[in-house]
Amino acid sequence: MKVILKNIEKEGYDGSIASYISEGGYEALKIALKKTPEDILSELKKSKLVGRGGAAFPTGMKWEFARNSKETPKYVVCNADEGEPGTFKDRLILENDPHMLIEAMAIAGFTVGASQGFIYIRGEYFKAYDVLTAAIEDAVKNNCLGNNILGSDFSFNISLYRGAGAYVCGEETALLDSLEGKKGQSRVKPPFPTFVGYQNKPTVLNNVETLSNVPQIILNGGDWYSKIGSADCPGTKLYCLSGDVKKPGVYELPTGITLKELIDTYGGGVDGKLKAVLPGGVSSSFLAADQLDVKMDYPSLQKAGSMLGSAAVMVVNDTHCMVDLAKRCTEFFDYESCGKCTPCREGTKRAREIFINMSQAAGEATDIALLKELQDVMYDTSRCGLGQAAMNAAGSAMDKFPSEFEKHITKKNCELGICPMEKV
Amino acid sequence: MSLEKCKKQLETILAGCEGKRESLLPCLHAACEQCGHVSEEVISYLAEKLDLPRVEVYSAASFYSMFSLEEMGKNVIRVCVSLSCYLKGSNKVIKALENELSITAGQTTPDKKFTIEPVSCLGLCDKAPAMMVNEEVYGDLTAAKIKDIINQYRQKEAK
Ligand SMILES: Cc1cc2nc3c(=O)[nH]c(=O)nc-3n(C[C@H](O)[C@H](O)[C@H](O)COP(=O)(O)O)c2cc1C
Ligand code: SF4
Ligand code: FES
Repeated sequence: MKVILKNIEKEGYDGSIASYISEGGYEALKIALKKTPEDILSELKKSKLVGRGGAAFPTGMKWEFARNSKETPKYVVCNADEGEPGTFKDRLILENDPHMLIEAMAIAGFTVGASQGFIYIRGEYFKAYDVLTAAIEDAVKNNCLGNNILGSDFSFNISLYRGAGAYVCGEETALLDSLEGKKGQSRVKPPFPTFVGYQNKPTVLNNVETLSNVPQIILNGGDWYSKIGSADCPGTKLYCLSGDVKKPGVYELPTGITLKELIDTYGGGVDGKLKAVLPGGVSSSFLAADQLDVKMDYPSLQKAGSMLGSAAVMVVNDTHCMVDLAKRCTEFFDYESCGKCTPCREGTKRAREIFINMSQAAGEATDIALLKELQDVMYDTSRCGLGQAAMNAAGSAMDKFPSEFEKHITKKNCELGICPMEKV
Repeated sequence: MSLEKCKKQLETILAGCEGKRESLLPCLHAACEQCGHVSEEVISYLAEKLDLPRVEVYSAASFYSMFSLEEMGKNVIRVCVSLSCYLKGSNKVIKALENELSITAGQTTPDKKFTIEPVSCLGLCDKAPAMMVNEEVYGDLTAAKIKDIINQYRQKEAK
């Protein structure tokens, strides 16, 4: 079942407007323009589509909030900042099927009553930027964007905006600040962007993959979509497989698939002997090798003590030291913390220091308890998701592999010989 | 001097945005692409044109990893050091680059031809370990591949 990669995986498909239209592209926009926004919202709600950027918020509800917001003008923003380590699905869509995204954004604009959209694309995606620039031009030429789209009285334009290398700008409110030409630091929520967003106006902000589902939902109906995959979290998902796996790549599969199937059937199996998996990038918690039966949807992974996030499935084999990986993950968050709030700015720094000490034979018996406390404080008091999730991977590594940490701390021994175990 | 190199581009961007603050990031991108960094002069120029305090321009320029206040090499090598690449040996990539260019990660060669920048995930995790040189992407890196890539750029420079 392919919803998003149905064109991309077709031989000869080149993502141009001609090829998109020949696969039925922009039909959904035509249909949408003849419906009322309320009809579209009702289909979207029936589909039970939830956001694919990580937070899994119901898309229909988000659009409805923005539609019902009184302030004008309204905006549609596509989050193409793809930065969670291990995630490379949005790049695939942006480079190979840009019109699917453009069509979806126009439908979003029509539904919520916006006439301006933005695609915030990460600065390092040069090729995708060029592809989108050309695609927007072609869409305007074909009257799929611009004034009086497809003969209707609806007008909508899309501007591209390049990020400049900051993971936190993937967080929706930091993204909006960045889009306004500031440094990207998160805003206090509420108010949410659907009420107070870009330039303090109502803004619908969605991930590339989330939006890419919309044309097919319009064409086939919300009920059709809701029957794909897990009943409580339906649809397909683009899973990004990377790390110690034989066939890394993006796989679009129904949400009910188990982690084991994903790795073995699609990923060609583990490269080496499995030790652990991060199912949702470095913001998620490690699953141990005996948890592979978990279903790869949002509620199931939450129940398993982790999260699906952006579905960046990172496979780790037994040649890696968990203390070393915990250190790596905290280094990432320390580097990327925007510094706005104290728990995250200081917490990520301290956590990193403690793991570095551990790896240099300077760990102390109290470290584990201290890190656990730090994790709780950061989860409870950080201002945005970056700080709240910063200790997930490290904390779960300590929970699932306690003896490795124990050996580093008391025996000053890294059995795999990876940590230096001396001052460097 | 560095302002002269990018002034035309900055003027075009500023004119397109009616001097609005949203044009700050596009301007900083242009400055880095044209002159390898955001100079004091450029900061003052943008502050004046956008009617912003200098510190606002400076803070944006220093916040984002793609902008640099110090002059970067003509070829910026961005090496991913995030987890998927780390699992597949990004440490070896860094070492190979350091050996090849005789600088340490984060530095620029004395001839200003190359900069090695360790960066967060580049969305190339299925080709880990991965890096970018300017706008080009390179994946499944090995020490031998890195030697070849650097040599290609050296030859381009020599021409
Ligand atoms: C630190 C951080 C980074 C994020 N990065 C991204 C990202 O790169 N892309 C994305 O779509 N969402 C990202 N998100 C989630 C967004 O804040 C937001 O929930 C999402 O873009 C909303 O769109 P959706 O409802 O379609 O998922 C990030 C969140 C946090 C806290
Ligand atoms: S949690 Fe971290 S990234 Fe988020 S606002 Fe606080 S300091 Fe910034
Ligand atoms: S982790 Fe290196 S490109 Fe994603």
